[in-house]
Amino acid sequence: MEHDPTDPIHQFQINRIVPIQIGDWDFSFTNSALFMVLTVAVATAFLYYTTRGRGLVPSRGQSITELSYEFTANMLRDAAGTAGMKFFPFVFSIFMFVLVANLFGMVPYFFTVTSHLIVTFALALLVIGVVVGYGFYKHGLKWLMVFVPSGVPGYILPLVVAIEIVSFLSRPVSLSVRLFANMLAGHITLKVFAGFVVSMSALGTLGVIGSILPLLMTIALTALEFLVAALQAYVFAVLTCMYLNDAVHPHH
Amino acid sequence: MFVTQAFAQDGETTGHLPPASDVAAAHGETIHVEGDHGGGFPPFEPEFFPSQILWLAITFGVFYWLLKTVIMPRIGGILENRRDRIALDLEAAERMRSDADEAQAAYEQELTAARNRAHTIATDAKDSAKADADKERKRLDAELNDKLDAAQARIAQVKTSALAEVDQIARDVTDTILRQVASIEASQDEIASAVSQADR
Repeated sequence: MEHDPTDPIHQFQINRIVPIQIGDWDFSFTNSALFMVLTVAVATAFLYYTTRGRGLVPSRGQSITELSYEFTANMLRDAAGTAGMKFFPFVFSIFMFVLVANLFGMVPYFFTVTSHLIVTFALALLVIGVVVGYGFYKHGLKWLMVFVPSGVPGYILPLVVAIEIVSFLSRPVSLSVRLFANMLAGHITLKVFAGFVVSMSALGTLGVIGSILPLLMTIALTALEFLVAALQAYVFAVLTCMYLNDAVHPHH
Repeated sequence: MFVTQAFAQDGETTGHLPPASDVAAAHGETIHVEGDHGGGFPPFEPEFFPSQILWLAITFGVFYWLLKTVIMPRIGGILENRRDRIALDLEAAERMRSDADEAQAAYEQELTAARNRAHTIATDAKDSAKADADKERKRLDAELNDKLDAAQARIAQVKTSALAEVDQIARDVTDTILRQVASIEASQDEIASAVSQADR
């Protein structure tokens, strides 16, 4: 497929690999789906393979697995307490999925699953869905007290409740847009600067010398993007934990 | 919109959606310049939303299931195992330390007992040696006293006999002098009394 090699948007293009059409719906297996499968496969394989020794003294890989496991466990316990630990598999899945998907995006020619708003929004809706679903399941209608902060004078309570509801409804949006925008903007910036290197090199000797600047920028941005990839996975997971806390402890 | 066109064309053709480049070509240069992604911004193109949601649901569902049933019990087991092992080792270390403490105490006790025993033996030996020395000294004292007594008795006896001989000599001398010088015949008894009187 021919395209302008410096086009920063091309990397987000979705292509059908196996077209699947059910009724009016297009459920084709795309490159996005392929990288979702790869994300899951690689993450699972890594977690499984590194723990194969079940070492009392962990190997390097096992340490990484154990660290991420205990890191997520502590994150959830700090945010939602012991009662929130029943969501540990859920939070760990989200953290690992987003982290590996983000890191996959750092490999050249790989598709970044989390750079598509629909994917992050679906994940965010899943989180909010679990919060609302578990909240009503566990506390019934009393769960709605989550929108009524204690210790607020009666006359401003309607206003506060309205603010709380709006803030709750904006959670899936902020949660998904934060991850999506970070990944998208980072990859575009990276591609733009890398594109400068190519365009300038085409201008002759002076251009090649001048292209050192965007090249250095690209290197620096690559490092930054690795940081962003890990950080955004952490932020997504930590916010998930805090939202789950509302499901477990609606009175705050 | 692009999507509706794509679906519209899809209905006419063999069921495959036409590559975006075909559409772009149909629209001419202006669209082609933007690349082969059909002119839209891919993350906001709803064309692939159902597909992405479906595949995300499938992959994330499988991932969640795998982590929950296989991976996490595995990691949890490893960590649990390690915790147990550390607790067990600490317990064993504690037990060994108390054993060592006991051994130390027993050693100290044994040492004290041995020291006391040694002291007793030394004292006994000293006492018996002293007693032996005293006995020997007493025996020697008695022996020397006996010898001294015998010597004194002997001296007294010698002195007595010497004195007796002095008396006899004096009588003999007196007898001889009387006889030779004075030509007086005196009896032995007269001489003896005279000598004994002269002694005073």
